[in-house]
Amino acid sequence: MTSAALSLEQAPPLSVPLRFFLTAPLFGMAAAAMLLLAGPDVLLSRWSPATLALTHLFVLGVLTMVMCGALFQMLPVLVGAHVRRPRLWGGICHGLLAGGTAALAAAFLTTAPLAFRCALMLLGGGLALFVVVLGGGLLRAPRVHDSVRGMRWAAGGLAVTVGLGLALTLGHAWASLPILRVPLTDLHLSWGLLGWVALLITVVSWQVIPMFQMTPEYPRWLRRWMPAAIFALLAWFSLSAAVTWPGSSLPLAGLAAACAGYAVWTLVLLAQRRRTIGDVNLWFWRLGMAALIAAALFALAGRFGLPPAASRLALAPALLFLAGFALSVVNGMLYKIVPFLVWLHLQQRIGEHPAARGQVAPPNMRAVIREPRARAQWWLHAAGLTLLLAGLAAPVLLRPAAVVWFASFALLGYNLFTAARLYRSEAARIAACG
Amino acid sequence: MITDFMTGEHRHCDQLFALAESAANDDHLDGARSAYAEFEAALLGHLDMEEQVLFPAFEARTGMNGGPTAVMRMEHEQMRAVLGQMQRALAGGSMDDFLGLAETLNVLIQQHNMKEEHMLYPMTDRALAGEAGAIIERMRAL
Ligand SMILES: [Fe+2]
Repeated sequence: MTSAALSLEQAPPLSVPLRFFLTAPLFGMAAAAMLLLAGPDVLLSRWSPATLALTHLFVLGVLTMVMCGALFQMLPVLVGAHVRRPRLWGGICHGLLAGGTAALAAAFLTTAPLAFRCALMLLGGGLALFVVVLGGGLLRAPRVHDSVRGMRWAAGGLAVTVGLGLALTLGHAWASLPILRVPLTDLHLSWGLLGWVALLITVVSWQVIPMFQMTPEYPRWLRRWMPAAIFALLAWFSLSAAVTWPGSSLPLAGLAAACAGYAVWTLVLLAQRRRTIGDVNLWFWRLGMAALIAAALFALAGRFGLPPAASRLALAPALLFLAGFALSVVNGMLYKIVPFLVWLHLQQRIGEHPAARGQVAPPNMRAVIREPRARAQWWLHAAGLTLLLAGLAAPVLLRPAAVVWFASFALLGYNLFTAARLYRSEAARIAACG
Repeated sequence: MITDFMTGEHRHCDQLFALAESAANDDHLDGARSAYAEFEAALLGHLDMEEQVLFPAFEARTGMNGGPTAVMRMEHEQMRAVLGQMQRALAGGSMDDFLGLAETLNVLIQQHNMKEEHMLYPMTDRALAGEAGAIIERMRAL
Protein backbone atom coordinates (compact mmCIF):
# COMPACT_ATOMS: atom_id res chain seq x y z
CA MET A 1 0.00 0.00 0.00
CA THR A 2 2.82 2.43 0.75
CA SER A 3 4.25 2.27 -2.77
CA ALA A 4 0.80 3.02 -4.18
CA ALA A 5 0.55 5.98 -1.84
CA LEU A 6 3.94 7.29 -2.86
CA SER A 7 3.20 7.03 -6.55
CA LEU A 8 0.23 9.36 -6.30
CA GLU A 9 2.62 12.14 -5.41
CA GLN A 10 3.13 14.79 -7.98
CA ALA A 11 5.91 15.16 -10.50
CA PRO A 12 9.67 14.72 -10.04
CA PRO A 13 11.71 17.96 -9.97
CA LEU A 14 11.22 20.11 -13.07
CA SER A 15 14.91 19.89 -13.95
CA VAL A 16 14.61 16.13 -14.59
CA PRO A 17 12.42 16.21 -17.73
CA LEU A 18 13.45 19.73 -18.75
CA ARG A 19 17.09 18.88 -19.35
CA PHE A 20 16.00 16.25 -21.90
CA PHE A 21 13.52 18.63 -23.56
CA LEU A 22 16.00 21.51 -23.86
CA THR A 23 18.71 19.26 -25.32
CA ALA A 24 16.51 17.77 -28.07
CA PRO A 25 16.27 20.91 -30.28
CA LEU A 26 20.07 21.24 -30.17
CA PHE A 27 20.48 17.78 -31.69
CA GLY A 28 17.77 18.67 -34.20
CA MET A 29 19.73 21.76 -35.22
CA ALA A 30 22.90 19.65 -35.50
CA ALA A 31 21.10 17.17 -37.78
CA ALA A 32 19.77 20.01 -39.93
CA ALA A 33 23.23 21.60 -40.11
CA MET A 34 24.65 18.27 -41.27
CA LEU A 35 22.03 18.02 -44.01
CA LEU A 36 22.88 21.57 -45.07
CA LEU A 37 26.64 20.90 -45.23
CA ALA A 38 26.41 17.53 -46.94
CA GLY A 39 23.75 18.77 -49.35
CA PRO A 40 22.16 16.55 -51.97
CA ASP A 41 24.82 13.84 -51.54
CA VAL A 42 23.37 12.89 -48.22
CA LEU A 43 20.32 10.62 -48.42
CA LEU A 44 21.75 9.13 -51.61
CA SER A 45 21.45 5.84 -49.85
CA ARG A 46 20.74 4.71 -46.32
CA TRP A 47 24.34 3.47 -46.03
CA SER A 48 26.22 6.73 -46.57
CA PRO A 49 28.07 7.85 -43.40
CA ALA A 50 26.35 11.24 -43.35
CA THR A 51 22.92 9.60 -43.63
CA LEU A 52 23.66 7.27 -40.74
CA ALA A 53 25.05 10.09 -38.60
CA LEU A 54 22.07 12.31 -39.38
CA THR A 55 19.52 9.58 -38.69
CA HIS A 56 20.98 8.77 -35.30
CA LEU A 57 21.35 12.43 -34.31
CA PHE A 58 17.65 12.70 -35.02
CA VAL A 59 16.31 9.42 -33.66
CA LEU A 60 18.46 9.32 -30.52
CA GLY A 61 19.18 13.01 -29.97
CA VAL A 62 15.68 14.31 -30.66
CA LEU A 63 13.04 11.57 -30.50
CA THR A 64 14.47 9.24 -27.86
CA MET A 65 15.72 12.23 -25.87
CA VAL A 66 12.21 13.70 -25.56
CA MET A 67 10.60 10.30 -24.99
CA CYS A 68 12.99 9.51 -22.12
CA GLY A 69 12.40 12.88 -20.48
CA ALA A 70 8.65 12.55 -20.87
CA LEU A 71 8.64 9.05 -19.41
CA PHE A 72 10.65 10.09 -16.34
CA GLN A 73 7.92 12.68 -15.91
CA MET A 74 4.82 10.75 -16.89
CA LEU A 75 5.45 7.25 -15.61
CA PRO A 76 4.00 8.05 -12.18
CA VAL A 77 0.82 9.46 -13.72
CA LEU A 78 0.41 7.01 -16.61
CA VAL A 79 1.05 3.77 -14.79
CA GLY A 80 1.11 4.76 -11.12
CA ALA A 81 4.72 3.66 -10.81
CA HIS A 82 7.09 5.77 -8.79
CA VAL A 83 10.58 6.31 -10.25
CA ARG A 84 13.13 6.16 -7.47
CA ARG A 85 15.77 8.89 -7.24
CA PRO A 86 14.66 10.58 -10.49
CA ARG A 87 17.20 13.39 -10.22
CA LEU A 88 20.15 10.98 -10.03
CA TRP A 89 19.03 8.44 -12.65
CA GLY A 90 17.54 11.08 -14.94
CA GLY A 91 20.76 13.09 -14.83
CA ILE A 92 22.99 10.10 -15.57
CA CYS A 93 20.69 8.81 -18.31
CA HIS A 94 20.59 12.24 -19.96
CA GLY A 95 24.37 12.69 -19.85
CA LEU A 96 25.07 9.25 -21.30
CA LEU A 97 22.42 9.58 -24.00
CA ALA A 98 23.63 13.02 -25.10
CA GLY A 99 27.31 12.07 -25.03
CA GLY A 100 26.69 8.72 -26.71
CA THR A 101 24.62 10.26 -29.51
CA ALA A 102 27.35 12.79 -30.28
CA ALA A 103 30.00 10.04 -30.17
CA LEU A 104 27.99 7.81 -32.50
CA ALA A 105 27.50 10.62 -35.04
CA ALA A 106 31.24 11.34 -34.92
CA ALA A 107 31.94 7.62 -35.30
CA PHE A 108 29.84 7.31 -38.46
CA LEU A 109 31.54 10.37 -39.98
CA THR A 110 35.13 9.39 -39.11
CA THR A 111 34.65 5.56 -39.09
CA ALA A 112 37.21 5.55 -36.26
CA PRO A 113 36.87 2.36 -34.20
CA LEU A 114 37.70 4.31 -31.04
CA ALA A 115 34.69 6.58 -31.57
CA PHE A 116 32.47 3.52 -32.02
CA ARG A 117 33.81 2.08 -28.77
CA CYS A 118 33.01 5.33 -26.94
CA ALA A 119 29.52 5.39 -28.44
CA LEU A 120 29.04 1.76 -27.51
CA MET A 121 29.80 2.36 -23.86
CA LEU A 122 27.96 5.65 -23.45
CA LEU A 123 24.81 4.72 -25.39
CA GLY A 124 24.80 1.16 -24.15
CA GLY A 125 25.02 2.38 -20.57
CA GLY A 126 22.48 5.19 -20.95
CA LEU A 127 19.85 3.20 -22.80
CA ALA A 128 20.30 0.09 -20.67
CA LEU A 129 19.84 2.26 -17.60
CA PHE A 130 16.71 3.72 -19.12
CA VAL A 131 15.30 0.29 -19.97
CA VAL A 132 15.91 -0.79 -16.37
CA VAL A 133 14.25 2.33 -14.90
CA LEU A 134 11.30 2.04 -17.28
CA GLY A 135 10.99 -1.71 -16.92
CA GLY A 136 11.31 -1.54 -13.13
CA GLY A 137 8.58 1.08 -12.94
CA LEU A 138 6.33 -0.99 -15.19
CA LEU A 139 6.89 -4.13 -13.13
CA ARG A 140 6.05 -2.25 -9.92
CA ALA A 141 2.84 -0.79 -11.39
CA PRO A 142 0.21 -1.32 -8.70
CA ARG A 143 -2.47 -2.09 -11.23
CA VAL A 144 -1.95 -3.63 -14.67
CA HIS A 145 -4.25 -1.89 -17.13
CA ASP A 146 -3.99 -1.65 -20.92
CA SER A 147 -1.43 1.16 -20.88
CA VAL A 148 0.89 -0.67 -18.52
CA ARG A 149 0.60 -3.77 -20.68
CA GLY A 150 1.22 -1.75 -23.87
CA MET A 151 4.21 0.05 -22.41
CA ARG A 152 5.75 -3.25 -21.38
CA TRP A 153 5.68 -4.28 -25.04
CA ALA A 154 7.24 -0.94 -26.01
CA ALA A 155 9.98 -1.38 -23.40
CA GLY A 156 10.61 -4.85 -24.87
CA GLY A 157 10.84 -3.29 -28.34
CA LEU A 158 13.38 -0.76 -27.07
CA ALA A 159 15.43 -3.53 -25.46
CA VAL A 160 15.53 -5.49 -28.76
CA THR A 161 16.47 -2.31 -30.70
CA VAL A 162 19.26 -1.41 -28.31
CA GLY A 163 20.56 -4.99 -28.33
CA LEU A 164 20.68 -5.06 -32.14
CA GLY A 165 22.24 -1.58 -32.24
CA LEU A 166 24.96 -2.62 -29.79
CA ALA A 167 25.71 -5.73 -31.86
CA LEU A 168 26.07 -3.54 -34.97
CA THR A 169 28.31 -1.09 -33.14
CA LEU A 170 30.49 -3.97 -31.94
CA GLY A 171 31.04 -4.83 -35.60
CA HIS A 172 32.23 -1.27 -36.29
CA ALA A 173 34.35 -1.07 -33.14
CA TRP A 174 36.16 -4.37 -33.65
CA ALA A 175 36.32 -5.11 -37.38
CA SER A 176 37.31 -8.72 -36.75
CA LEU A 177 33.92 -9.56 -35.27
CA PRO A 178 31.62 -11.36 -37.69
CA ILE A 179 28.49 -9.20 -37.67
CA LEU A 180 25.92 -9.70 -40.43
CA ARG A 181 25.51 -6.03 -41.11
CA VAL A 182 22.75 -5.88 -43.72
CA PRO A 183 20.09 -8.14 -42.14
CA LEU A 184 20.88 -6.85 -38.65
CA THR A 185 20.51 -3.24 -39.79
CA ASP A 186 17.12 -4.01 -41.29
CA LEU A 187 16.00 -5.58 -38.03
CA HIS A 188 17.46 -2.77 -35.92
CA LEU A 189 15.61 -0.24 -38.05
CA SER A 190 12.24 -1.99 -37.99
CA TRP A 191 12.33 -2.76 -34.27
CA GLY A 192 13.41 0.80 -33.50
CA LEU A 193 10.73 2.45 -35.61
CA LEU A 194 7.82 0.12 -34.93
CA GLY A 195 8.66 -1.80 -31.77
CA TRP A 196 9.76 1.25 -29.82
CA VAL A 197 8.72 4.57 -31.40
CA ALA A 198 5.34 3.56 -32.85
CA LEU A 199 4.34 1.37 -29.92
CA LEU A 200 5.17 3.99 -27.33
CA ILE A 201 3.36 6.73 -29.24
CA THR A 202 0.21 4.64 -29.74
CA VAL A 203 0.09 3.59 -26.09
CA VAL A 204 0.53 7.17 -24.92
CA SER A 205 -1.99 8.41 -27.50
CA TRP A 206 -4.89 6.36 -26.24
CA GLN A 207 -4.41 8.01 -22.88
CA VAL A 208 -3.72 11.58 -23.93
CA ILE A 209 -5.97 12.05 -26.98
CA PRO A 210 -9.25 11.36 -25.15
CA MET A 211 -7.96 13.46 -22.22
CA PHE A 212 -6.65 16.52 -23.98
CA GLN A 213 -9.00 16.68 -26.95
CA MET A 214 -12.03 15.13 -25.22
CA THR A 215 -12.72 12.52 -27.86
CA PRO A 216 -14.40 9.14 -27.37
CA GLU A 217 -12.02 6.44 -26.09
CA TYR A 218 -10.08 4.14 -28.40
CA PRO A 219 -11.92 0.79 -28.55
CA ARG A 220 -11.08 -1.77 -25.91
CA TRP A 221 -9.94 -4.46 -28.38
CA LEU A 222 -7.48 -2.06 -30.01
CA ARG A 223 -5.91 -1.11 -26.67
CA ARG A 224 -5.79 -4.72 -25.66
CA TRP A 225 -4.39 -6.33 -28.81
CA MET A 226 -2.57 -3.79 -30.94
CA PRO A 227 0.77 -3.76 -29.03
CA ALA A 228 0.95 -7.55 -28.87
CA ALA A 229 -0.05 -7.81 -32.54
CA ILE A 230 2.66 -5.36 -33.64
CA PHE A 231 5.19 -7.20 -31.54
CA ALA A 232 4.17 -10.55 -33.04
CA LEU A 233 4.24 -9.19 -36.60
CA LEU A 234 7.72 -7.79 -35.97
CA ALA A 235 8.91 -11.14 -34.70
CA TRP A 236 7.44 -12.82 -37.80
CA PHE A 237 9.05 -10.14 -39.98
CA SER A 238 12.41 -10.82 -38.28
CA LEU A 239 12.12 -14.52 -38.96
CA SER A 240 11.21 -14.02 -42.59
CA ALA A 241 14.27 -11.77 -42.98
CA ALA A 242 16.42 -14.72 -41.96
CA VAL A 243 14.69 -17.37 -44.04
CA THR A 244 12.99 -16.49 -47.31
CA TRP A 245 9.73 -18.29 -47.70
CA PRO A 246 6.51 -17.71 -49.59
CA GLY A 247 4.34 -15.12 -47.90
CA SER A 248 7.26 -13.15 -46.50
CA SER A 249 5.60 -9.87 -47.40
CA LEU A 250 2.62 -10.69 -45.19
CA PRO A 251 4.09 -9.36 -41.93
CA LEU A 252 5.10 -6.13 -43.66
CA ALA A 253 1.62 -5.75 -45.09
CA GLY A 254 0.22 -6.46 -41.64
CA LEU A 255 2.41 -3.84 -39.99
CA ALA A 256 1.54 -1.24 -42.62
CA ALA A 257 -2.16 -2.02 -42.22
CA ALA A 258 -1.94 -1.79 -38.43
CA CYS A 259 -0.19 1.61 -38.59
CA ALA A 260 -2.55 3.02 -41.22
CA GLY A 261 -5.59 1.65 -39.42
CA TYR A 262 -4.50 3.18 -36.13
CA ALA A 263 -3.88 6.53 -37.83
CA VAL A 264 -7.27 6.55 -39.55
CA TRP A 265 -8.94 5.64 -36.27
CA THR A 266 -7.17 8.51 -34.54
CA LEU A 267 -8.26 10.99 -37.20
CA VAL A 268 -11.86 9.79 -36.87
CA LEU A 269 -11.70 10.22 -33.08
CA LEU A 270 -10.23 13.70 -33.47
CA ALA A 271 -13.11 14.60 -35.78
CA GLN A 272 -15.50 13.72 -32.94
CA ARG A 273 -13.77 15.74 -30.24
CA ARG A 274 -15.90 17.79 -27.90
CA ARG A 275 -13.45 20.64 -27.42
CA THR A 276 -13.90 23.05 -30.29
CA ILE A 277 -10.63 24.90 -29.71
CA GLY A 278 -8.13 24.02 -32.41
CA ASP A 279 -4.87 24.20 -30.47
CA VAL A 280 -1.43 23.57 -31.93
CA ASN A 281 -1.30 20.15 -30.28
CA LEU A 282 -4.24 19.09 -32.46
CA TRP A 283 -2.51 20.35 -35.60
CA PHE A 284 0.59 18.30 -34.78
CA TRP A 285 -1.49 15.16 -34.17
CA ARG A 286 -3.36 15.54 -37.45
CA LEU A 287 -0.20 16.14 -39.45
CA GLY A 288 1.46 13.17 -37.74
CA MET A 289 -1.41 10.81 -38.53
CA ALA A 290 -1.57 11.91 -42.17
CA ALA A 291 2.17 11.27 -42.47
CA LEU A 292 1.82 7.83 -40.86
CA ILE A 293 -0.83 6.82 -43.40
CA ALA A 294 1.40 8.05 -46.23
CA ALA A 295 4.39 6.18 -44.76
CA ALA A 296 2.41 2.94 -44.64
CA LEU A 297 1.25 3.35 -48.26
CA PHE A 298 4.79 4.10 -49.48
CA ALA A 299 6.15 1.11 -47.57
CA LEU A 300 3.58 -1.17 -49.20
CA ALA A 301 4.29 0.25 -52.66
CA GLY A 302 8.03 -0.24 -52.03
CA ARG A 303 7.42 -3.93 -51.46
CA PHE A 304 6.15 -4.16 -55.01
CA GLY A 305 9.13 -2.32 -56.45
CA LEU A 306 7.57 1.14 -56.57
CA PRO A 307 9.69 3.23 -56.41
CA PRO A 308 12.84 1.19 -57.25
CA ALA A 309 14.95 0.42 -54.19
CA ALA A 310 17.97 2.22 -55.64
CA SER A 311 16.18 5.55 -55.94
CA ARG A 312 16.15 8.21 -53.24
CA LEU A 313 12.39 7.84 -53.07
CA ALA A 314 12.94 4.48 -51.38
CA LEU A 315 13.70 6.58 -48.28
CA ALA A 316 10.22 8.13 -48.33
CA PRO A 317 8.55 5.69 -45.85
CA ALA A 318 11.30 6.18 -43.25
CA LEU A 319 11.29 9.97 -43.69
CA LEU A 320 7.51 10.19 -43.46
CA PHE A 321 7.55 7.99 -40.39
CA LEU A 322 10.32 9.80 -38.53
CA ALA A 323 10.03 13.45 -39.53
CA GLY A 324 6.31 13.33 -40.34
CA PHE A 325 4.73 11.00 -37.79
CA ALA A 326 7.06 10.63 -34.80
CA LEU A 327 8.49 14.15 -34.73
CA SER A 328 5.08 15.79 -35.19
CA VAL A 329 3.61 13.91 -32.24
CA VAL A 330 6.62 14.44 -29.99
CA ASN A 331 6.85 18.12 -30.91
CA GLY A 332 3.13 18.64 -30.27
CA MET A 333 3.30 16.91 -26.91
CA LEU A 334 6.08 19.25 -25.78
CA TYR A 335 3.64 22.16 -26.13
CA LYS A 336 1.31 20.44 -23.65
CA ILE A 337 3.86 19.05 -21.22
CA VAL A 338 6.26 21.95 -20.78
CA PRO A 339 3.76 24.78 -20.14
CA PHE A 340 1.83 22.58 -17.73
CA LEU A 341 4.95 21.58 -15.81
CA VAL A 342 6.06 25.19 -15.49
CA TRP A 343 2.63 26.10 -14.15
CA LEU A 344 2.48 23.09 -11.81
CA HIS A 345 5.90 23.60 -10.27
CA LEU A 346 5.28 27.32 -9.76
CA GLN A 347 2.00 26.41 -8.09
CA GLN A 348 3.89 24.07 -5.78
CA ARG A 349 6.46 26.79 -5.02
CA ILE A 350 3.62 29.08 -3.99
CA GLY A 351 2.38 26.29 -1.71
CA GLU A 352 5.79 26.26 -0.03
CA HIS A 353 5.85 30.06 0.43
CA PRO A 354 2.62 31.00 2.15
CA ALA A 355 3.52 34.70 1.96
CA ALA A 356 3.34 34.51 -1.83
CA ARG A 357 -0.24 33.25 -1.78
CA GLY A 358 -2.53 35.92 -3.16
CA GLN A 359 0.49 38.00 -4.21
CA VAL A 360 1.70 35.93 -7.15
CA ALA A 361 -0.42 33.80 -9.47
CA PRO A 362 1.52 31.43 -11.74
CA PRO A 363 1.20 32.29 -15.45
CA ASN A 364 -1.32 29.99 -17.17
CA MET A 365 -0.20 27.55 -19.87
CA ARG A 366 -0.86 29.93 -22.75
CA ALA A 367 1.11 32.65 -21.03
CA VAL A 368 4.08 30.29 -20.59
CA ILE A 369 4.32 29.59 -24.32
CA ARG A 370 2.23 31.89 -26.50
CA GLU A 371 0.07 30.04 -28.99
CA PRO A 372 1.10 32.14 -32.06
CA ARG A 373 4.76 31.28 -31.51
CA ALA A 374 3.96 27.58 -31.23
CA ARG A 375 1.84 27.85 -34.35
CA ALA A 376 4.67 29.56 -36.25
CA GLN A 377 6.88 26.63 -35.35
CA TRP A 378 4.24 24.21 -36.65
CA TRP A 379 4.33 26.00 -40.00
CA LEU A 380 8.12 25.74 -40.16
CA HIS A 381 7.86 22.06 -39.26
CA ALA A 382 5.25 21.39 -41.95
CA ALA A 383 7.22 23.36 -44.53
CA GLY A 384 10.42 21.49 -43.64
CA LEU A 385 8.64 18.17 -44.04
CA THR A 386 7.19 19.15 -47.41
CA LEU A 387 10.54 20.38 -48.74
CA LEU A 388 12.34 17.28 -47.49
CA LEU A 389 9.91 14.97 -49.28
CA ALA A 390 10.05 17.07 -52.43
CA GLY A 391 13.84 16.96 -52.09
CA LEU A 392 13.77 13.19 -52.56
CA ALA A 393 12.45 13.80 -56.08
CA ALA A 394 14.31 17.07 -56.72
CA PRO A 395 17.57 17.00 -54.66
CA VAL A 396 18.15 20.71 -55.24
CA LEU A 397 15.47 21.27 -52.59
CA LEU A 398 17.37 19.39 -49.86
CA ARG A 399 19.46 22.40 -48.81
CA PRO A 400 16.43 24.72 -48.50
CA ALA A 401 14.77 21.91 -46.53
CA ALA A 402 17.74 21.85 -44.16
CA VAL A 403 17.51 25.61 -43.61
CA VAL A 404 13.81 25.38 -42.77
CA TRP A 405 14.39 22.43 -40.40
CA PHE A 406 17.14 24.35 -38.67
CA ALA A 407 14.80 27.29 -38.19
CA SER A 408 12.05 25.00 -36.91
CA PHE A 409 14.28 23.38 -34.27
CA ALA A 410 15.72 26.77 -33.34
CA LEU A 411 12.24 28.20 -32.76
CA LEU A 412 11.21 25.10 -30.80
CA GLY A 413 14.32 25.48 -28.65
CA TYR A 414 13.61 29.17 -28.17
CA ASN A 415 10.00 28.51 -27.17
CA LEU A 416 11.06 25.91 -24.60
CA PHE A 417 13.94 28.05 -23.38
CA THR A 418 11.69 31.06 -22.74
CA ALA A 419 9.38 28.78 -20.74
CA ALA A 420 12.31 27.63 -18.59
CA ARG A 421 13.47 31.23 -18.15
CA LEU A 422 9.98 32.31 -17.11
CA TYR A 423 9.96 29.53 -14.53
CA ARG A 424 13.23 30.82 -13.06
CA SER A 425 12.14 34.42 -12.84
CA GLU A 426 8.71 33.60 -11.38
CA ALA A 427 10.22 31.16 -8.88
CA ALA A 428 12.61 33.91 -7.75
CA ARG A 429 9.67 36.28 -7.40
CA ILE A 430 7.85 33.76 -5.22
CA ALA A 431 10.91 33.12 -3.08
CA ALA A 432 11.33 36.88 -2.60
CA CYS A 433 7.91 37.04 -0.92
CA GLY A 434 9.48 35.14 1.98
CA MET B 1 -18.87 0.00 -8.25
CA ILE B 2 -17.47 3.27 -7.00
CA THR B 3 -15.01 3.39 -9.92
CA ASP B 4 -17.77 3.33 -12.55
CA PHE B 5 -19.94 5.87 -10.80
CA MET B 6 -17.11 8.34 -10.20
CA THR B 7 -15.68 7.90 -13.71
CA GLY B 8 -19.12 8.80 -15.06
CA GLU B 9 -19.01 11.93 -12.91
CA HIS B 10 -15.67 12.87 -14.43
CA ARG B 11 -17.00 12.53 -17.98
CA HIS B 12 -20.04 14.63 -17.09
CA CYS B 13 -17.78 17.43 -15.81
CA ASP B 14 -15.69 17.14 -19.01
CA GLN B 15 -18.80 17.72 -21.11
CA LEU B 16 -19.77 20.82 -19.20
CA PHE B 17 -16.19 22.08 -19.40
CA ALA B 18 -16.14 21.71 -23.17
CA LEU B 19 -19.38 23.69 -23.48
CA ALA B 20 -18.03 26.55 -21.38
CA GLU B 21 -14.77 26.63 -23.25
CA SER B 22 -16.50 26.58 -26.64
CA ALA B 23 -18.76 29.48 -25.70
CA ALA B 24 -15.75 31.49 -24.55
CA ASN B 25 -13.86 30.60 -27.71
CA ASP B 26 -16.78 31.90 -29.78
CA ASP B 27 -16.69 35.11 -27.74
CA HIS B 28 -20.19 34.58 -26.33
CA LEU B 29 -19.62 36.27 -22.99
CA ASP B 30 -23.12 35.59 -21.64
CA GLY B 31 -23.15 32.02 -22.89
CA ALA B 32 -19.69 31.43 -21.42
CA ARG B 33 -20.77 32.82 -18.05
CA SER B 34 -23.80 30.56 -17.73
CA ALA B 35 -22.02 27.47 -19.11
CA TYR B 36 -19.10 28.14 -16.80
CA ALA B 37 -21.38 28.47 -13.78
CA GLU B 38 -22.89 25.10 -14.57
CA PHE B 39 -19.46 23.48 -14.98
CA GLU B 40 -18.12 25.04 -11.80
CA ALA B 41 -21.08 23.84 -9.77
CA ALA B 42 -20.68 20.30 -11.11
CA LEU B 43 -16.94 20.20 -10.45
CA LEU B 44 -17.19 21.64 -6.94
CA GLY B 45 -20.01 19.19 -6.18
CA HIS B 46 -17.80 16.33 -7.32
CA LEU B 47 -14.89 17.50 -5.17
CA ASP B 48 -17.28 17.71 -2.19
CA MET B 49 -18.47 14.14 -2.78
CA GLU B 50 -14.90 12.95 -2.51
CA GLU B 51 -13.78 15.12 0.37
CA GLN B 52 -16.89 14.74 2.51
CA VAL B 53 -17.94 11.15 1.82
CA LEU B 54 -15.57 8.97 -0.17
CA PHE B 55 -12.18 9.99 1.25
CA PRO B 56 -13.25 9.95 4.92
CA ALA B 57 -14.81 6.50 4.46
CA PHE B 58 -11.64 5.23 2.79
CA GLU B 59 -9.39 6.81 5.44
CA ALA B 60 -11.47 5.38 8.27
CA ARG B 61 -11.38 1.90 6.80
CA THR B 62 -7.69 1.79 5.86
CA GLY B 63 -6.19 4.15 8.43
CA MET B 64 -4.36 5.95 5.59
CA ASN B 65 -4.70 9.65 6.34
CA GLY B 66 -1.49 11.09 4.92
CA GLY B 67 -1.41 8.89 1.82
CA PRO B 68 -3.12 9.11 -1.53
CA THR B 69 -6.14 11.06 -0.31
CA ALA B 70 -3.90 13.82 1.02
CA VAL B 71 -2.33 14.23 -2.44
CA MET B 72 -5.80 14.26 -4.04
CA ARG B 73 -7.03 16.91 -1.59
CA MET B 74 -4.01 19.05 -2.39
CA GLU B 75 -4.77 18.82 -6.11
CA HIS B 76 -8.39 19.75 -5.41
CA GLU B 77 -7.09 22.92 -3.77
CA GLN B 78 -5.09 23.68 -6.90
CA MET B 79 -8.24 23.24 -8.98
CA ARG B 80 -10.19 25.58 -6.73
CA ALA B 81 -7.47 28.20 -7.08
CA VAL B 82 -7.71 28.06 -10.89
CA LEU B 83 -11.52 28.15 -10.74
CA GLY B 84 -11.26 31.38 -8.76
CA GLN B 85 -8.97 32.89 -11.38
CA MET B 86 -11.30 31.80 -14.19
CA GLN B 87 -14.21 33.44 -12.46
CA ARG B 88 -12.29 36.70 -12.16
CA ALA B 89 -11.27 36.52 -15.82
CA LEU B 90 -14.91 36.05 -16.86
CA ALA B 91 -16.08 38.86 -14.63
CA GLY B 92 -13.52 41.13 -16.25
CA GLY B 93 -14.53 39.89 -19.72
CA SER B 94 -10.95 38.82 -20.46
CA MET B 95 -11.44 35.82 -22.76
CA ASP B 96 -7.76 35.20 -23.47
CA ASP B 97 -6.99 34.79 -19.81
CA PHE B 98 -10.06 32.63 -19.39
CA LEU B 99 -9.06 30.30 -22.24
CA GLY B 100 -5.47 30.02 -21.04
CA LEU B 101 -6.70 29.17 -17.55
CA ALA B 102 -9.22 26.70 -18.99
CA GLU B 103 -6.44 24.89 -20.83
CA THR B 104 -4.42 24.73 -17.61
CA LEU B 105 -7.37 23.51 -15.57
CA ASN B 106 -8.13 20.80 -18.12
CA VAL B 107 -4.63 19.31 -17.97
CA LEU B 108 -4.68 19.54 -14.19
CA ILE B 109 -8.06 17.82 -13.96
CA GLN B 110 -7.22 15.13 -16.51
CA GLN B 111 -3.99 14.00 -14.89
CA HIS B 112 -5.74 14.05 -11.52
CA ASN B 113 -8.68 12.01 -12.87
CA MET B 114 -6.35 9.50 -14.42
CA LYS B 115 -4.71 8.85 -11.05
CA GLU B 116 -8.11 8.50 -9.41
CA GLU B 117 -9.60 6.25 -12.07
CA HIS B 118 -6.57 3.99 -12.36
CA MET B 119 -5.47 3.90 -8.75
CA LEU B 120 -7.54 5.50 -6.04
CA TYR B 121 -11.06 4.43 -7.05
CA PRO B 122 -10.05 0.79 -7.51
CA MET B 123 -8.41 1.01 -4.06
CA THR B 124 -11.64 2.35 -2.55
CA ASP B 125 -13.64 -0.38 -4.29
CA ARG B 126 -11.40 -2.97 -2.69
CA ALA B 127 -11.35 -1.35 0.75
CA LEU B 128 -15.07 -0.53 0.89
CA ALA B 129 -16.40 -3.55 -0.99
CA GLY B 130 -19.53 -4.11 1.15
CA GLU B 131 -20.64 -0.48 1.43
CA ALA B 132 -20.17 0.79 -2.14
CA GLY B 133 -23.92 1.16 -2.73
CA ALA B 134 -24.48 3.08 0.51
CA ILE B 135 -21.53 5.38 -0.17
CA ILE B 136 -22.76 6.20 -3.66
CA GLU B 137 -26.19 7.01 -2.19
CA ARG B 138 -24.62 9.35 0.36
CA MET B 139 -22.63 11.09 -2.36
CA ARG B 140 -25.73 11.52 -4.51
CA ALA B 141 -27.58 13.00 -1.56
CA LEU B 142 -25.09 15.85 -1.09
FE1 LIG C 1 -10.64 14.14 -7.14
